[in-house]
Amino acid sequence: MSDTSASNTSGLVHEATPEFLHEIAAMIVSSLNLEVTAESIEPNAPLYGEGLGLDSIDILEVALVISKQYGLQLRADSDDNTQIFRSLRSLAEHVAAFRKK
Amino acid sequence: MNTLLPLIMHSDLQSPVAYRGDRVIRVTDFLADVVQLTALLPAASHILNVCSDRYRFCVGLAAAMCAGKISLLPSTHTPEAVRQLCEFAPDVFCLTDFDAGINLPTLNYPADVASANAHKIIADQIIPAFSATQLVAYVFTSGSTGTPVAHPKTWGALVGSVRAEATRFGMLDGRRYTLVGTVPAQHMYGFESTVLLALQSGAAFWAGKPFFAADIAAALNAVPAPRLLVSTPFHLRAVIDTDVEFPPIEKVISATAPLTQALASEIEIFCAAPLLEIYGSTESGQIASRRSVHETQWQLLDGFALDQRGETTYARSANFGVDAAFSDGVALGDIIEKTDTNQFVLHGRRGDLINIAGKRTALGFLNHQLLSISGVRDGVFFLPLSDSGEDVTRLVAFVVAPDLSIAEITQALRERVDPLFLPRPLYLVEKLPRNAAGKLPNKELLGLLAQLREQRQEK
Repeated sequence: MSDTSASNTSGLVHEATPEFLHEIAAMIVSSLNLEVTAESIEPNAPLYGEGLGLDSIDILEVALVISKQYGLQLRADSDDNTQIFRSLRSLAEHVAAFRKK
Repeated sequence: MNTLLPLIMHSDLQSPVAYRGDRVIRVTDFLADVVQLTALLPAASHILNVCSDRYRFCVGLAAAMCAGKISLLPSTHTPEAVRQLCEFAPDVFCLTDFDAGINLPTLNYPADVASANAHKIIADQIIPAFSATQLVAYVFTSGSTGTPVAHPKTWGALVGSVRAEATRFGMLDGRRYTLVGTVPAQHMYGFESTVLLALQSGAAFWAGKPFFAADIAAALNAVPAPRLLVSTPFHLRAVIDTDVEFPPIEKVISATAPLTQALASEIEIFCAAPLLEIYGSTESGQIASRRSVHETQWQLLDGFALDQRGETTYARSANFGVDAAFSDGVALGDIIEKTDTNQFVLHGRRGDLINIAGKRTALGFLNHQLLSISGVRDGVFFLPLSDSGEDVTRLVAFVVAPDLSIAEITQALRERVDPLFLPRPLYLVEKLPRNAAGKLPNKELLGLLAQLREQRQEK
């Protein structure tokens, strides 16, 4: 599999502020009607599979909301859409780096 | 009668078979790769081919056929599913091109064989042909009793289905089509409508499996016209809400769950191409299609017929090499109303079959898996009906397990069932609302769900 920096294809590092982490967490919770609070999502825990337990349906749903709110079309590097969704932090950093609005 | 049917229908050894990144793979490259992989296969007669690259899957399939081996296509690769596969075929080995974490003897797909060199080895390439009666694959459904059910696929039955499909989609007009599929090669729909359809119509396929809308656009842009997009309502619904732009597409193909006319129409407008829906099942393969924007009825593909016996509808095929099971008809899991010799209307699923984002299983299977978890005293899966019709509905589970946590039960389920069928949410309850006969009426389960949701809101 690819290395852990693969999601950020430009090589830019955008730190996600605590406020932005919360904003993305809240967006995930509301777009998926999850029965957890935004605060309870660990920034570094996996979103996919074990951890928060998101699956491919959820990820497509979240991607759609991201494209609407941040003007960013997510891309999967090769077939592997788990990279960007590795954790709340990696997703937030990716959106922060590539958002268009 | 022993009819021989060729592996591919391409008329020219230089025709493209696949596109991988910026590489064009031609018939000569493909045949050379098949010969080389065939020589590397172990002696065992069953192969679990989980290659994520569609081209490598296709080479693995063809090599297995050349060696007379049978490909196993289970519906999921959870540890429990792999264990059951070993019971079915104790000699099974795994062919993979990534770290699949599957506990089986494994052959890693060889680092890309330099096809250029391979041509020199095989100066006179001949296209392999196989008996119509050769058993090529077992495709599995989850079965309602906890044990997967194997459905045998002969080469003749597979070829018959996809050639009828190619005819229906007008792909035999002499042009070289390219298929871009968002579905895996290992599931019956992707197996037939990306891999086999390309091989049997002289077309080529994109080796990747694009997921996000922007990935699909990039894949379409990477291949030459005329293009066919082979996808599902799940992927297509996500595409039409975005502002990505597709290059010209000849046709969009959808299967796995029926589309509404409204959604079909939106997809046609977005893609500027006709949308054709396929009806089929793991048991029967694809048997019918419709132009969903103005047809509610399904048209059977050439060579297929339907029989009604009691409440069950059976599909029969007059295509070559069909085995005994298929000539008697294959039971379909849907309620079907025949309106003419070649037409029918679908009225939904029979029994306890459910479909989540295009993946099918039986509630009985899920319940069996839940009850097999140590510490679970009682439990049931439940599918509340969706209000909107287009949204993906998620399963709910009610579980009686005084000594287990929700996380422990979820983890145990993860070992046994596909992630799409994990309950969301899973409710721990003191007891289930069983009636005097021990049954769980739908109404009671709906009531329990409403009550639990209310309690949760109050917290």
